[in-house]
Amino acid sequence: MTAALLETHALSKHFGALAAARQIDFRLDAGARHALIGPNGAGKTTFINLLTGVLRPSEGRILLKGQDVTNVAEANRVKLGIARTFQINRLFRGLSVLENVYIAVSERIGAASTMVAPAGRRPDVIEESMHLLDTLNLQDDAQLRISELPYGRQRLVEIAIALGLKPEVLLLDEPAAGVPSAESHIILNAIDELPKHIGVLIIDHDMDLVFRFAQRITVMVQGAVFAEGTPKEIGANADVRAVYLGQASHG
Amino acid sequence: MIFGVDVASILLGGLSAGMVLFIVSVGLSVTMGLMGFVNLAHGAFAMLGGYVIVLAMNRLGVGFVPALMLGFVVTAAVSFVFERLLYKRLYRAGELDQVLFTIGLVFVFIAGLTIIVGPETQPFTPPAALRGQVDLGFTQYRAYSIFLIVVGIVIVVGLWLGFERTRLGAQIRATVDNRRMAESLGINVDRLFSITFAFGSGMAALGGGLGAEFLGLDPQYALKYLVFFLIVVSVGGLGTVTGVFYASILIGVLDFVLKLYLPKGGTIFIFALTILLLLWRPQGLFKRTET
Amino acid sequence: MSATAAPSGLTGPALELSEHPAARMLIGRHRLRWWEPTPWILAIAFYFAFPSYLGFGTDLLITILFALSLDLALGYAGILTLGHAAFFGAGAYTVGLLAFNGVWSEPITSLILAAVVAAVVGFASGLVLLRTTGLTLLMLTLCTMLLLEEGANMAHEYTGGFDGLPSLSIPPIFGIFEFNPLYPHTQYIYSLVVLFVGFLLVRALIYSPFGQSLTGIRENMLRMHAVGSPVRWRLVTCYTISAAIAGVAGGLWAQTNAYVNLTTLSLDRAATVFIILILGGYGRLYGAFVGAVAYMVLSHFLARVYPTAWQLGLGLLLVVIALFARNGILGISESLWRRIQTMRRPS
Repeated sequence: MTAALLETHALSKHFGALAAARQIDFRLDAGARHALIGPNGAGKTTFINLLTGVLRPSEGRILLKGQDVTNVAEANRVKLGIARTFQINRLFRGLSVLENVYIAVSERIGAASTMVAPAGRRPDVIEESMHLLDTLNLQDDAQLRISELPYGRQRLVEIAIALGLKPEVLLLDEPAAGVPSAESHIILNAIDELPKHIGVLIIDHDMDLVFRFAQRITVMVQGAVFAEGTPKEIGANADVRAVYLGQASHG
Repeated sequence: MIFGVDVASILLGGLSAGMVLFIVSVGLSVTMGLMGFVNLAHGAFAMLGGYVIVLAMNRLGVGFVPALMLGFVVTAAVSFVFERLLYKRLYRAGELDQVLFTIGLVFVFIAGLTIIVGPETQPFTPPAALRGQVDLGFTQYRAYSIFLIVVGIVIVVGLWLGFERTRLGAQIRATVDNRRMAESLGINVDRLFSITFAFGSGMAALGGGLGAEFLGLDPQYALKYLVFFLIVVSVGGLGTVTGVFYASILIGVLDFVLKLYLPKGGTIFIFALTILLLLWRPQGLFKRTET
Repeated sequence: MSATAAPSGLTGPALELSEHPAARMLIGRHRLRWWEPTPWILAIAFYFAFPSYLGFGTDLLITILFALSLDLALGYAGILTLGHAAFFGAGAYTVGLLAFNGVWSEPITSLILAAVVAAVVGFASGLVLLRTTGLTLLMLTLCTMLLLEEGANMAHEYTGGFDGLPSLSIPPIFGIFEFNPLYPHTQYIYSLVVLFVGFLLVRALIYSPFGQSLTGIRENMLRMHAVGSPVRWRLVTCYTISAAIAGVAGGLWAQTNAYVNLTTLSLDRAATVFIILILGGYGRLYGAFVGAVAYMVLSHFLARVYPTAWQLGLGLLLVVIALFARNGILGISESLWRRIQTMRRPS
């Protein structure tokens, strides 16, 4: 069997007495569309934070294309191909949409440490950023500041920034959270149009989105993997229904 | 001074200075911990209170204890009005605007007191009962310093009990730990902050009056000691009563010793110590880090 | 939108960038705007119009340079510092000590040395302090400056302590232009040239991709980590450059005043430059100019005659600015300008 794109072995994280992640074995393949679901407080965001290096695990290992990245710093993991979006927008609010994406693209191609030449003299970065905004239908908002943008479109900028890093692994933390239902289709479209070759892990509460998007689903409960399988298997799993799906239908 | 002979009196002097530092700073720690508000004008409220207390005693012939109470009430009331009218608007602003605003307030207080009262130092004489020496059995020491230590201990115990045992204290602790959580539990954070802000300023006023004996009291007070109040608060940790108490004692005793043995530039060690402590524990030395 | 378009590819149809307003703005924003020569024309006009105020003018130019250095760190990178006089003082004492002890006093090379020493102080302290943020960082920068001030005070055998190092003899620039304390023409032009060079440097930096990443750090440091930015190195680099410029301002101060004392390192100086920058408008390049002119002119004419009224007025002004006019004088002007424009073109 070939090495997975991203895998974890017995990954655990303790905050004092609280085990936010316990012994998680997880595997994401190239081109995969994988969803992570679970009740609030199940440790989903903690798991993302462990994968991206925001948190250091208490135990266990993280491998990216077979290479151990457990102790690699967050910024360096991005260079190795892991990108994420945030559950609550973490954007450069005072800057324009284009500048937001410019920052990501210029970091990726190593232009961001240039001190002497103006940012405007990097047509490659600007062109790529504009192209990216174009594919996400954000081109008409490019000159607006984030603070002037409706929330749903801000969520798209979250995705644009992550895509500007040309990741091989993309972690989407509740991409549609807080988006009014009238606008949620733009997020769903954007997710449908993600480049096919990258491995995508999505966390969401919206079961329609999850079942429409995912080829595989992992259910987390209290920091541990509770079940894993195809959407069909998960949908048919009585235990999952008991702990999660039943209560999620009205929240 | 021969080392070893007067360890007790050095400790007592440092302790009394530390107590004053604590009484002034504790309110700053709690309000900063609650709202994350960088309040550089806290020393100005201490100064205002000190003026009220000293002027009431010197010019109106009010007794020491009533004057202290008056200083507390007046300063708490003034700060309450300031908080409701002005501070409130800047809770969600950045630190830069908060710093600018509170520096501006400090200037207004300094200039205001200079215009109204005058630029000179206001003399402070402790009441007759607290002058002279007191026999502690193992040593003789200045009665007023002993009085400060006793008052400081009473206040720290009282505040600690209030913080740990009362409903209000529990609300403050919960809000310092996690403001969003506290709000979702139905704690009225705005009201909580108004109360603690007024109370903390009142405490600062007491400190300003009680410490006037050795810190002096002139319009520059608000700037002169500001750095020390901030050091105590950041070393002790935001939103902790006991942390600020230990930090105050530490800095008070250290400053006292340094002034005796290194009258020129001894404070350099305080700054160096503060830098090291903050690098080691950025959240403060005595702050419980795990939540 | 085609379903197969890979958002990450450059293979798509080339966009006509100049047709898009956002792209056009980014491409052209570093270009010189028509009004940008104004401060320099005014500065030269000042030289001819007010020959008896050139001492004041020199002080003003140095203050602008100092405020500009703070703007780079505080306004652009969001480094909350209340201790920037540490670098001003480091530069001033470098020039002062070298000249006083007769080691080296040639003006231009002395300024370079001042920049180097201040940069070293900035790099060393930045490396340690810039792991922290917010109030902790504020306290650390403040204490670092106070530590240096106390250090300079204690080392009075070398630094002259509180009284400082008086009567520095600074040789003429290029051996031609003499520093005359009574007719500070040389000082003024010299400071103006140094300010111009410093300004060009800061201007280039803030419009560069590096500068763009600094604004990213200011706006959202956590996200910068998540786009793979070496945040701490960027901050340390920025802080070091800012320190070097502040050091040049300090060195210039020492040369043009022909003395150094502890006020170059004091909290008073750090707080004043902080106030000046925020008064003018931080993160705006010209905020340093506007703030310094407003503050210095007012304080020059008011503070000596009515010091208390000046302090009261300044205090009230700061309170009002903080409450109602975030972003300072330039911020107010920008929003007024925008309002006028929308009134003219109702859409």
